[in-house]
Amino acid sequence: MSDCYRLGLDIGSTTIKCVLLDQDDHIVYSCYERHFSLITQKTRELLTKIDADIVKGKPVQLCISGSAGMGLALGSNIPFVQEVYATKVAVDRYRPGTDVVIELGGEDAKILFLKGTLEVRMNGSCAGGTGAFIDQMATLLGITPDEMNRLAAKAERTYTIASRCGVFAKTDVQPLLNQGAKHTDVSRSIFMAVVNQTIAGLAQGRPIEGNVVYLGGPLTFLSELRSCFDETLKLKGVCPENSLYYVAIGAAWQPSPLLLLSDCVEAIDAFHSTESYRALPPLFSSQEELNAFLSRHASAKVKKADPDTYRGRVFVGIDSGSTTIKSAVISENGELLFTRYQSNSGDPVPHVRDFLLDLRSKYPQWEIASSAVTGYGEDMIRSAFGVNLGIVETIAHYTAAKSFMPDVDFIIDIGGQDIKCFKIRGGVIDNIFLNEACSSGCGSFLQTFANALGYDIGEFAKLGLASRKPVDLGSRCTVFMNSSVKQAQKDGADITDISAGLSISVVKNALYKVIRCSGPEDLGHRIVVQGGTFLNDAVLRAFEKELNTEVIRPDISGLMGAYGAALYAMDQQKRHPVQSTLLSYEELAGFRQDVRQTRCGLCENHCRLTISTFPGGRRFISGNRCDRPVKGERADSGLNLYAYKQQLLSRLRDSHPADAPRGKIGLPLALNLYELLPFWHALFTQLGFDVVVSPFSGRSLYIAGQSTIPSDTVCFPAKLVHGHIDWLIRNGVGTVFYPCMSYNIDEKLGDNHYNCPVVAYYPEVVAANIPAVRSIRFIHGYLGIDHRRDFPGKLFALLRQYYPDLEKKEVRRACDAAYDAYERYMQDVRREGASYIEKARQEGRRIIVLAGRPYHVDPETNHGIDRLIAGFGAAVVTEDALSWHMHKEPTGVLNQWTYHARLYASARYIATQPDMDLVQLVSFGCGVDAITTDEVREILESRGKIYTQIKIDEITNLGAVRIRLRSLFAAIDQQAQRGA
Amino acid sequence: MDSEHVEFTKEMREAGYTILIPNMLEFHFSLIEKVLRLNGYNAVVLHNSGPGVMAEGLKYVHNDTCVPALLVIGQFLDALHSGEYDLNKVALMITQTGGGCRASNYIFLLRKALKKAGLSQIPVISVNLSGLEKASGFKITVPLIRQLVASLVYGDCIMCVSNQTRPYEQHKGDTNALIEKWNDALIGQYNKGRGLSRRDMRENLRAIVNDFDNIGRSRERKTRVGIVGEIYVKYSSLGNNGLEAFLQTQDCEYMLPGIMAFIEFKIDNRVEDIRLYGGSRLKKIFCQLFLRYVESMERMLIEAVAAHPAFVPPTAYQHIKGLVDGVIGYGSKMGEGWLLTAEMLELAENGYENIICTQPFGCLPNHINGKGMIRRLTEVHPGINIVPIDYDLSATKVNQENRIRLMLAVAKDAEAKAAAQRQLLEQEHLAEEAAAAWEARPKADSSK
Repeated sequence: MSDCYRLGLDIGSTTIKCVLLDQDDHIVYSCYERHFSLITQKTRELLTKIDADIVKGKPVQLCISGSAGMGLALGSNIPFVQEVYATKVAVDRYRPGTDVVIELGGEDAKILFLKGTLEVRMNGSCAGGTGAFIDQMATLLGITPDEMNRLAAKAERTYTIASRCGVFAKTDVQPLLNQGAKHTDVSRSIFMAVVNQTIAGLAQGRPIEGNVVYLGGPLTFLSELRSCFDETLKLKGVCPENSLYYVAIGAAWQPSPLLLLSDCVEAIDAFHSTESYRALPPLFSSQEELNAFLSRHASAKVKKADPDTYRGRVFVGIDSGSTTIKSAVISENGELLFTRYQSNSGDPVPHVRDFLLDLRSKYPQWEIASSAVTGYGEDMIRSAFGVNLGIVETIAHYTAAKSFMPDVDFIIDIGGQDIKCFKIRGGVIDNIFLNEACSSGCGSFLQTFANALGYDIGEFAKLGLASRKPVDLGSRCTVFMNSSVKQAQKDGADITDISAGLSISVVKNALYKVIRCSGPEDLGHRIVVQGGTFLNDAVLRAFEKELNTEVIRPDISGLMGAYGAALYAMDQQKRHPVQSTLLSYEELAGFRQDVRQTRCGLCENHCRLTISTFPGGRRFISGNRCDRPVKGERADSGLNLYAYKQQLLSRLRDSHPADAPRGKIGLPLALNLYELLPFWHALFTQLGFDVVVSPFSGRSLYIAGQSTIPSDTVCFPAKLVHGHIDWLIRNGVGTVFYPCMSYNIDEKLGDNHYNCPVVAYYPEVVAANIPAVRSIRFIHGYLGIDHRRDFPGKLFALLRQYYPDLEKKEVRRACDAAYDAYERYMQDVRREGASYIEKARQEGRRIIVLAGRPYHVDPETNHGIDRLIAGFGAAVVTEDALSWHMHKEPTGVLNQWTYHARLYASARYIATQPDMDLVQLVSFGCGVDAITTDEVREILESRGKIYTQIKIDEITNLGAVRIRLRSLFAAIDQQAQRGA
Repeated sequence: MDSEHVEFTKEMREAGYTILIPNMLEFHFSLIEKVLRLNGYNAVVLHNSGPGVMAEGLKYVHNDTCVPALLVIGQFLDALHSGEYDLNKVALMITQTGGGCRASNYIFLLRKALKKAGLSQIPVISVNLSGLEKASGFKITVPLIRQLVASLVYGDCIMCVSNQTRPYEQHKGDTNALIEKWNDALIGQYNKGRGLSRRDMRENLRAIVNDFDNIGRSRERKTRVGIVGEIYVKYSSLGNNGLEAFLQTQDCEYMLPGIMAFIEFKIDNRVEDIRLYGGSRLKKIFCQLFLRYVESMERMLIEAVAAHPAFVPPTAYQHIKGLVDGVIGYGSKMGEGWLLTAEMLELAENGYENIICTQPFGCLPNHINGKGMIRRLTEVHPGINIVPIDYDLSATKVNQENRIRLMLAVAKDAEAKAAAQRQLLEQEHLAEEAAAAWEARPKADSSK
């Protein structure tokens, strides 16, 4: 009971919620609306309405809560309460006895542990797995979240989708869609990803059990999401009445002074008028400048012919991209006749069929001479419709750009989901930059933002041209961008300023994150920009302004891939004439696609395959990690040092002594124990132990350990450690040995021989965060194997605490055996590597040095990229098979980590070998590789080599990697041709 | 690629090259600037901030590098591009700890950035104790070390007491005015060749603490917050989005552990390394002696503050170290290492149970010592309330402050509960007393 109305407002990232309590604590009014970021206006409207309709000018206890409400509340002196705290207040009141609250909002995810010590977990800088993420995915599927919920209920299987962050998930979902996975299954998989993200990211080892309450929009509206939570947590959570309003209710209950709503409205108006966000100069200072800009770009036009009068042979190019399908038809002289730009709604096949039917029926007089397809959906479209040629995207774009500017030396293409840039030197692609999975914020990023704010993309981008003070949003990932936009809006930025700011940040992302350039001179002088995103004048202008240069944007900027593919088909026809194999009108009309799921039985991965069958019995297989189910073993080089290392480690793992008087000791096969396994294995075997080694990582091993990971931004190989420890304990190993090691073996290649902090000290994290290690003997003392002489004594001191009967002499002998075994292992790897190289040279194969860390040998970590490369027919060797050729040499960075020193040494070696190229695997979140990648790149580029980097994380789809590798091979081939 | 770099030579020093130093701790660094000047270096601590610094950082440093590198290098380049300095008569100074964390590479990243910006003629001076790099124009001498350590002691002292008076001062601005006063006073003393001897220090420290204790303060008790983290983002307002200024608006008292413990930690690591892995005994003895010297300075500081019961004094290094015995190994030395974990326990022990653990986004050692230890700490010290905050050039203040507010709300809730508990206990106690009194009442004479 109180003597006045109490009003609680919850202003979240996408919605505004409001609850009014009367004197008897009854809810007399509540509302839930999207605010489209018009926070001040909406709040104002709401308060005015409540004042007029219900409160009628009486003073009210008002309190605001919610992440987007903070600035507003503080700026207008209205009491504010932190939203998680408000939730707790409401739960204490309405649902006493609750143990855990899971609340998902627009961009926030929270877990409250109420039992025992109150603990609250919120998502940090990485906001994957929230309502905004679900919206984003729904947009991708071309459906509403409600429809997604309905579809998910009918799912038959769940795909693995990386749950770390929305952008990652997108890279997983997109190819699934392109490859024909069912919407029902994808929908459920997305919900599962949200569940995994919430548990892995937030629970951090604290079990979710007892009475669980679900709150917030997504959990209220999406019954299937709740059921995914129930299923994973093995319990039945409750979504209570008013589950949308708990924050608002908590705010209403907050003791606060009486206010007149009319005063509050006034204060909000006053607040709104301040402009204090960080602004950039406007894109155009005057109308004249804008006009000049527009007329300059109007001149870059493609040659066209009249489709209605044209008779004769034509060439068809299709670009089946991540979100759209672009098609172009050209005449024998390369003139553009017909184009199509359409969304693929997640399933390109029916759309391409429509296009081809349309083409065949509208222009029966054209004789299709040949056709080519490029893009993500290349393989599928090719087999579905009998397209003659497949061409890697990068080459398609270069072919198109050349037709506008024959001496082009730099192309940047910003499409829906990718940024592709290539440098051209002497007519061949000399260097390729693709955006890593983390900064995909490109076209679809602008689009999602536009939609969230209630605009279509073209209209939204145009608004930016008029901005007076574009918002400075920096150049980082989408997730950060959301909150930056929120803050700017709070600070009074209007929609034009945000539009311009987003366009500028897309450009900055491309320049500083993807290309990493420091000025126009880094790019070249003859720049062609293309891709759908550059159709937006604001992006184009931002690009020119940022580089202070003038570029060419073809009028078919969004169609360049398709146009390039058509030109390629035309060009190939001149060299190697073929018959068109494209389906005829009749075949298209009777086109059918059957989709079937199965499991591949060719290796222990047992990939889930999706097999699409098309007319004529053509099949397309997707879901495969390697090419074996598709191509068989024919193309594979069979020279794969990663596979060889795996064999060696497996052999060690399988070897058990007949007699082990000291019992079992477990070693987790993770991080530095990959390379040191021979060392420790020999040591403990010699001491009379039966060494039990955890297996290579797999998805289920990872999931089993993920709930104890304390830091969601640590690298994936470190996260896997939790699964390995869990495996050892579950398999009844009573002693686990996992030492802390500041230093690694000194190979005399650097100034020091450190391990990185994560590798060095991860055992500490295990001890502090995996409760089960307390039920066993977990030996994780500090050891330095680099101190050959001191090591036996130090090891003896450590082990004797656990094994009092150990004798110094036997430890000394075991150490000798360990160092010997390690040396033998390394020599074995080097010898085998050398023989692969020799064999490759005899067979005329390309040699790819897949450089990374020893623990990248793990198949769950490298996602089979080694096999993929071998499948292209190249030999795959490792950096440690080459680095020993070199001596220490000065580097431009402090060369102080053992594993990283090998990278520099092997890069220097590769630079001297004409038939070797380097591909570097970089784990997402690896801070040290921020340093090594630049240095390795510099070493290679100074000798005219192409540097290729592949960022890996939980991501399981290899589509982007494949494009990247194919581009690399195409570029190397071109280079070789030029050299020949 | 090449490690050919321009050395800072004696001639450059004699020619009066301006030596730019990035800022981290306002008070400490202004004294350090003075010390360097007195030793013949034309040192200038940079104060430029704002979007220009960030833009330069993003432009010239790999964007995945941690935020301290982006800001420090950004601050340098922003200064160099400002036109304020003769680009042929300027040098840059940066510390290099030589540990296994990325931070040891800042100097190389800085040189790369200079090269990219076409400024590779500018010499970069490495301040390190590991002999990583030497320059003929800059020598770390024993007197210089003593003067630097003394300055850090003053800095820690002022930081410690001022943070305990500012939230309670009855006259707003007293504390900051006193900081100004002492900054001027100490620099005045330095100019006259005073203030750096042990005797002067003891006297100054006593006077400083006394001065601050004389500030008129209210007697209320505010929520106590501790700040730990990666050294740059913990201390630098540029790095932590003005964290201290924000906390000053939140009706709480915050404590930042001093920089002395970090210095001691870095020296002690060498001793620990030899203990754990073996190595030169001579080096061990030398480091132990050095450590002992710094500890003696620390003791002087502790004694001065502890003389005033109103203040929570800094904690002795050996005590801090003892707090993590059995929690994390002393071999965990990269970045802030086990010290970060220990400082959280130290703060909790001193009543600062609500802790902000600041770290650059993706900071490697903090995966271990910060976020990786929180779970363990809640077991060791139930009631500890830690919020890890990531700092990143694009992470927004809104998000960071929201999380801190949550931490504060939980803290206030716990305080209210504790107060209620106390009241309950008191009532029970009163009731018990009353019952006891009743029992013990003079019995009426039953024989009557």
